[in-house]
Amino acid sequence: MSGGLYSMEARDFDTTLDLKKIKPYGDTMNDGKTQVSFTLPVPCGNEAIEAAKQLMKKMGFENPQVVFYKELTEGFTFFNCYGSSVHSVDFTSIHVPKVEATTWDMHQTDEYVKENIGRKLVVVGASTGTDAHTVGIDAIMNMKGYAGHYGLERYEGIEAYNLGSQVPNDEFIAKAIELKADALLVSQTVTQKDVHIQNLVELIEMLEAEGLRNKLIVCCGGPRISHELAKELGYDAGFGMNTYADDVASFIAQEFMRRSKK
Amino acid sequence: MQKSKLGLDFEKVGYAKNIAKKIADDVQSFVENYTTVAVERTLCRLLGIDGIDANAVPLPNVLVDSLKEKGVLGQGVIFYIGNAIVETGLTPQQIAEQVSDGKLNLAALPIHPKEKIDAVIMPIVNASLDRIKARKARREQYLNTIGEGAKPYLYVIVATGNIYEDVVQAEAAARQGADIIAVIRTTGQSLLDYVPYGATTEGFGGTFATQENFRIMRKALDEVGEEVGRYIRLCNYCSGLCMPEIAVMGAFEGLDVMLNDALYGILFRDINMQRTMVDQYFSRIINGYAGVIINTGEDNYLTTADAFDEAHTVLASDLINEQLAFIAGIPAEQMGLGHAFEMDPELENGFLYELAQAQMTREIFPDAPLKYMPPTKFMTGNVFRGHIQDALFNQIAIWTGQGLQLLGMMTEAIHTPFMSDRYLAIENAKYIFKNMKSIGDEVEYKENGIIRNRAQEVLNNAVELLEVLQNDGLFNALEQGKFAAVKRPKTGGKGLAGVVERGANYSNPFVELMKNRK
Repeated sequence: MSGGLYSMEARDFDTTLDLKKIKPYGDTMNDGKTQVSFTLPVPCGNEAIEAAKQLMKKMGFENPQVVFYKELTEGFTFFNCYGSSVHSVDFTSIHVPKVEATTWDMHQTDEYVKENIGRKLVVVGASTGTDAHTVGIDAIMNMKGYAGHYGLERYEGIEAYNLGSQVPNDEFIAKAIELKADALLVSQTVTQKDVHIQNLVELIEMLEAEGLRNKLIVCCGGPRISHELAKELGYDAGFGMNTYADDVASFIAQEFMRRSKK
Repeated sequence: MQKSKLGLDFEKVGYAKNIAKKIADDVQSFVENYTTVAVERTLCRLLGIDGIDANAVPLPNVLVDSLKEKGVLGQGVIFYIGNAIVETGLTPQQIAEQVSDGKLNLAALPIHPKEKIDAVIMPIVNASLDRIKARKARREQYLNTIGEGAKPYLYVIVATGNIYEDVVQAEAAARQGADIIAVIRTTGQSLLDYVPYGATTEGFGGTFATQENFRIMRKALDEVGEEVGRYIRLCNYCSGLCMPEIAVMGAFEGLDVMLNDALYGILFRDINMQRTMVDQYFSRIINGYAGVIINTGEDNYLTTADAFDEAHTVLASDLINEQLAFIAGIPAEQMGLGHAFEMDPELENGFLYELAQAQMTREIFPDAPLKYMPPTKFMTGNVFRGHIQDALFNQIAIWTGQGLQLLGMMTEAIHTPFMSDRYLAIENAKYIFKNMKSIGDEVEYKENGIIRNRAQEVLNNAVELLEVLQNDGLFNALEQGKFAAVKRPKTGGKGLAGVVERGANYSNPFVELMKNRK
């Protein structure tokens, strides 16, 4: 291990930060240091290690190092590797669509709804299609909430209906009409083979066919959902990892007002 | 008298078990008057009916649906098939094929006396029981020769969707040290009111449970078990709308562990509670007879309800599940009662509360191989912290003598496990189980300390909840959302149409024979 304690590598690169050419940061600006782990379908041995290094080079890493390897089962070898990325990215030219709303806490949203809307907003949520996971929709809607963020059921300004999991899109829409929903929340946890995309697209198409799309605020959420993806699929907003009921509630309240001013 | 490391009052535990028994007896008095389409299809399978029709509908469905359409299912398939055998001399399989071809109307045949029906049915019933007994003996033979891994058994899942790919993953896991392989079912299978047929290679988030898939995996695990010198148990899911059918397929094909909760389908799959109660009873009778360890699903409560606030609901449910399992003839040694490591990582002393819960569960169910589930709710994309959460979970398991350790994967909440994720999870558990092997014998809990007080508080709260449940009845309690904060109406949910009141000719000879281990 002694070789790893002190880096004796010559630093033949510029160590000043240039936002037009950013690289991964290990312990020195622009060192490009990256950790990667993967499994190759080959038996353990020197050839396997060499294959891992060559693969790292093709991925764009200089000085690839295999720091750990282990044959998991016959014919499959696992690697932990480090390398220096040769690639860089122009940070100044990046534009990511974001949910256009200020995130308030529960009391601020409740206050806003009370003062500006004067009635409760009806929010209907479900994990739709074959998805049996309620963890996402529960995190947003249940009274208790998640990670210290109260769920929509606790909001005074929101009448929240959590329909649970495996709700078919047509039932979801029927319920939305019955409850006179202002906003729909769709949670998708299972994303294997892009089943969530088909399901999310289907909902929007069905809403459009029913002439309901523009009357409702429609949001989706889940660990693999980004706002950008949601917009692409025809949703008003998408809520991915590290977003909570606060984000969802503030967006719905503000979007509702935006529309009513039009 | 058992000595408690937590200062638990075992008289109170006995009182709690007694209330749970009354709650379970009350449910059972309902169950005994009904049958379901799933129970009747199970009886078809036990009589040897298998295969599908031209539209891929399983023949047990074809036969049971034909009786249901005629409004006579309440008399049961044993009666109709037995009567048809007396009349035609055909085998149950031939009878099902003729019904499927529209050549035979079971409800239109002349009725023969009960003695004649019994005389033709009982040899088939006994042959079916012998088939299951032979499977059970095969497991025992393996355990007596190549043996098994030490408890807690390392329990891992495979979930590729393709049974042949699952085999590759399962063999790798067994070679790395896994003792139990669970083949996760495809999303949505629990809501199918039939069991698909044959080997399958397409599934979402898991692989279809079919009898052929069971057979393929059992064979692979027997082979790898012989190679590594350790019997490898196979686990699947007796839940959803086909609980008893899956049980009988597992009994025929040598499954060892089955998820088989009395309440899970009601709470988490919105399956009608009457349907579930009738189905769980027969499925558990079969599992008990086949020597299968059942797993209960209390861990799931904590994915919706809070692990700290709702800990007593887990204990109360374990107590009810235990009594319902006793009624179905399952011995304590086959009860993998469930709980889970789901305390919020931000909670101060969360590890201590978790330790209290695990030790308390261990002491209240001393003979049960408890099933301990890993953190899932608070797993994030931070795989590095996730690996530590799994390590804390493993520490509690070895400390408190858990039976079935469903290994946590650091990539939980990201994707179904990579081969390397499973390797790292097994390495994590083995390291901790070996390094901390005897810690439970060495360390005692401080009197009046956090751990003892917590365990006693959870027991007290569970007793209070059980008292309420006893007054209200379990069905009403489920309607009010007493478990997992989920409310389910008695006449709501899926599968109610498949519940039928038993008629005068109804019989199910397997119930008594299996419960008496004939």
